[in-house]
Amino acid sequence: MRNLLNLIYKYHYFLLFFFLESIAVSMGIRYNLYQKAGFVSFTENIAAFFNESISSFTDYFTLVETNRKLSLENTLLRNQLQRVYRSDELFFFGENDTLHRQKYFFTSARVISNTVTRMHNYLSLDKGRNQGIEPEMGVICPDGIVGITNGVTKNFTSVLSVLNLNFHVSAKLKKNDYFGTISWDGQDYRTVILSEIPYHVNIEKGDTIVTSGYSAVFPEGIPIGTVEEAVVENGNFYNIRVKLFTDFRHLTYVDVVRNLQKEEQQKLKNQ
Amino acid sequence: MINSLLRYIFAFVVIVLVQVLILDNIQISRYAVPFLYVLFLLILPFETPGWLLLLLGFLLGLTIDLFEHTYGLHTAATVFAAWLRPGVLKIFSPRDGYMSNTRPGITDYGAGWFLKYASLIIFAHHFFLFYFEVFTFRHFFSTLWRVIVSTVFTLLLVILSQFFVHKPRTE
Repeated sequence: MRNLLNLIYKYHYFLLFFFLESIAVSMGIRYNLYQKAGFVSFTENIAAFFNESISSFTDYFTLVETNRKLSLENTLLRNQLQRVYRSDELFFFGENDTLHRQKYFFTSARVISNTVTRMHNYLSLDKGRNQGIEPEMGVICPDGIVGITNGVTKNFTSVLSVLNLNFHVSAKLKKNDYFGTISWDGQDYRTVILSEIPYHVNIEKGDTIVTSGYSAVFPEGIPIGTVEEAVVENGNFYNIRVKLFTDFRHLTYVDVVRNLQKEEQQKLKNQ
Repeated sequence: MINSLLRYIFAFVVIVLVQVLILDNIQISRYAVPFLYVLFLLILPFETPGWLLLLLGFLLGLTIDLFEHTYGLHTAATVFAAWLRPGVLKIFSPRDGYMSNTRPGITDYGAGWFLKYASLIIFAHHFFLFYFEVFTFRHFFSTLWRVIVSTVFTLLLVILSQFFVHKPRTE
């Protein structure tokens, strides 16, 4: 017993190091593996308070840009309304219309923290379960896609950013509907990789890439980016570098997409 | 004694705030992310017992993790760096050891010594942190590049802080 105590005393420095390091490493591994969804509720509320005060301050710096984008979007929406009113009266059915049922529902939220320099980047939003947000919902901004919600607490949401090695979404070429998968290679926060497009497809620099709508997370046709360069790799498929429309350094307001028919769509897939 | 204890608590708070309020919000390049908070481990007195060093490293890392939403990554890297510190101090020890009433800093031991001491610990910390974050050795060299650039950047800030914060002691 005495020897044991002596031994412990002699190596207490290393043992304490080992003890603390194992706690930290196991926390880190769980964070890496489970995408921190389970940890969100634990600390998010504390950190969110600080982040919110920081971002309420930094919001002022992007005010000009945000206003410009909002007015731009207003104009766009107004234009769409005009078009619907004038030419396409078919859309004016009653409220209980069964032919043109509303499929998507958007909720605006503010970004209270965001990173672009890590390999697994996340955003936090200032809305949560109380405002109807659930895990696995798409997040977009006026420019393009942003990410997918993963952890939700009462009033906050963490979003798996497009700039995350675990992010994958189905996307297609706008001009001819060939589809592939968008993912991030961790290199540059301005570009992502589009893969699985067969080599015989004609691709030119500047072609627009949009979401395909196959995944039930994003609506079809949400802009992603433009083709920057396309090379054929391993003979059969293109490896396309896509320049993102979304500027992840200047995100302030985003929209969370609720797909009203998601459950139905997934149920069919699982059958 | 109480006075110096207060001074270190104050340093802890200031360094953490500078890290989470300022440095986490500016990005000079997409590679370089300065983690100035390691500075707190560097400036602790030579006499700090090992167990306290480890516990302080754990606390420091946990605080940063809380703000950065990276549960465990910074804690693991900081505990690792704290564990290395006594060994690194021994390697770079002057011929007749460290004198009492001196502190690890440029004012007491010169720029050359401080540069060696600080860069080794910062590099070890960043190396652990970045590879643990990527969680794979697949992109080994691009990660290494990020480690090196960030180390240089942190080191610059640490040296800068020496001139701003550490006034020569009058006692």
